[in-house]
Amino acid sequence: MITLEGITKTYRMGRVEVPALQGIDLHVGRGDFVAIMGASGSGKSTLMNIIGCLDVPTSGRYLLDGTDVARLNDDELARIRNRKIGFVFQSFNLIPRTSALHNVEMPLVYAGEGGRTARAREALVAVGLADRAHHQPTELSGGQQQRAAIARALVTNPAILLADEPTGNLDSGSSLEIMKLLATLNAEQGRTVVLITHEQDIARFATRVVELRDGRIVRDQRSDP
Amino acid sequence: MNLFEALRIAGNGLLANRLPSSLTMLGILIGVTAVILLVAVGNGASVQINNQVQSLGANVIYIYPSNARGSGGVSQGFGTAQTLTQTDVDAINNRQQAPDIVAAIPIAQSGGQITYANQNYFAPTTGTTTAFPTVRNYQIAEGTFFTDDDVAARHRVVVLGQTVVDNLFGSTDPIGQTIKISKQSFRVVGVFATKGGTGLGSQDNVVVAPITTVWAYLTGERGKVISQIVASASSPSVVTQAETEITTILLQRHQISDATQADFQLQSQQDILNQANSIATALTLVLGAIAGISLVVGGIGIMNIMLVTVTERTREIGIRKAIGARRRDILIQFLIEAMVLSGLGGALGIAVGALLAREAPNIPAIASSSFPTPVVSAPSVVLAFCVSVAIGLFFGIYPANRAARLHPIEALRYE
Repeated sequence: MITLEGITKTYRMGRVEVPALQGIDLHVGRGDFVAIMGASGSGKSTLMNIIGCLDVPTSGRYLLDGTDVARLNDDELARIRNRKIGFVFQSFNLIPRTSALHNVEMPLVYAGEGGRTARAREALVAVGLADRAHHQPTELSGGQQQRAAIARALVTNPAILLADEPTGNLDSGSSLEIMKLLATLNAEQGRTVVLITHEQDIARFATRVVELRDGRIVRDQRSDP
Repeated sequence: MNLFEALRIAGNGLLANRLPSSLTMLGILIGVTAVILLVAVGNGASVQINNQVQSLGANVIYIYPSNARGSGGVSQGFGTAQTLTQTDVDAINNRQQAPDIVAAIPIAQSGGQITYANQNYFAPTTGTTTAFPTVRNYQIAEGTFFTDDDVAARHRVVVLGQTVVDNLFGSTDPIGQTIKISKQSFRVVGVFATKGGTGLGSQDNVVVAPITTVWAYLTGERGKVISQIVASASSPSVVTQAETEITTILLQRHQISDATQADFQLQSQQDILNQANSIATALTLVLGAIAGISLVVGGIGIMNIMLVTVTERTREIGIRKAIGARRRDILIQFLIEAMVLSGLGGALGIAVGALLAREAPNIPAIASSSFPTPVVSAPSVVLAFCVSVAIGLFFGIYPANRAARLHPIEALRYE
């Protein structure tokens, strides 16, 4: 599903070159539930941006669902993000003043696909938020907002679900709910989930933990749930 | 992304910033109102001028003496020559030679103080013949016009326009009264019906007398001068043929073989109408252009609020890009938002402008003046709307492009 080969990323801060990733080789198979862990500054955000096609690597090869995406232009990356990746962010990132239903429809709008309302409702049902479809983000609790965000990530039926600290802004009760939801989506629907986190408790839900330090993978361990 | 979705997003964005959006819209509204109103005034002036010129008779042809040429070929200015004679008038009145002419009359102009009792007034006195009402399209309201006998015998009789009557007589019946023009006594035999019309010199401020009388008593030493001949064609459609006939007759009579050397000039009502129209069009354009400046100012307002909006919604733009919006999608979204803003302002401006144009004649200060009644034309409405939308497009391009070029990661990080 995801194959990273020798991925490096170097940022330029004025004259200084800061290496954020120094040769990442990683393979994530279909149906995997991978947690990428690491302290701040370990390069996990950079890795997430590259996996999420928000950024391109300085060198290396990135195959996503059979497509080499390392050298695509902005619009092509936008298309890949739209079709193959479902984002779940730490701060939910729902569009304000827009109902949950419309938020969930949004990726389908950009995909130019039909039957949007029906598919968005389906996705909301899948995350257990059908009764809040017409509520705006400000009228939803943190956990509900994150559910809506997960529904939005799922609605295009993407190859991977990419969750960046999805529980970072939630209380422990809601965190548990969200992680259970992600685990269920992985276990029952076979969704590929890549989770970025720095919390052991959260990483526990994954079936595989990859740990980053100073831009390199230092641990890659499978565990049974 | 479909249009409906784009409009929904645009509406959402505008509602989020109600006050700034309304103020920006107000800028466009005022600009469009100004354009609609001023162009309507220009159109009104054009209609007014047209009506006025038409009231003089669309089939009228004026014949003026041309520039006199001195011995050295020095042109002495328009109308300085005295080349038109009564025999010219008679020739033009010959139906065999000029079948498309109904009648031609000579005109001799004289100015002079007019007095009646203790009233006095100034109006030009026109000397002419009995066909004057026919050619110039005047109706007699009271009394009669003077007769061929009056012309032959140089009777001192006059027919007055309503403005002259109002100024001299007040409520007294003018018929049969004696007035003095340049200290000569004249008997009033008739009064013209009001023709109306303002601006180009009132058609009602006239005193008409037999041309022979004017020559004998008013023009003095200048003798039997005919300052112009006025001919009327049988219909507006044969004005051109009538002009040709007159030219042929006069060239032949004046023994001029080269038409460019003619010692007379023709001007039809159509020529005057064309001139007046080109002036009115220029007036409309100038007024429209002045109002257009305020539209540009409104456009800058649009650019300003769109830049603010793009900054405020940086994060939203990041989210949209993350879930698959391409540059084009973001660009179109913000362009549509700018166009909705300006188009809405434009539509409201058209409504306000049209309303003001309709109500203007009811305002006493305007009703009592000769200010033209504004006429809102369909093309100006369509144009104003299109221009306001185009302004949104133009001034929206920079902010929208800025939004479209935002990098998703940085946009997502923006607080």
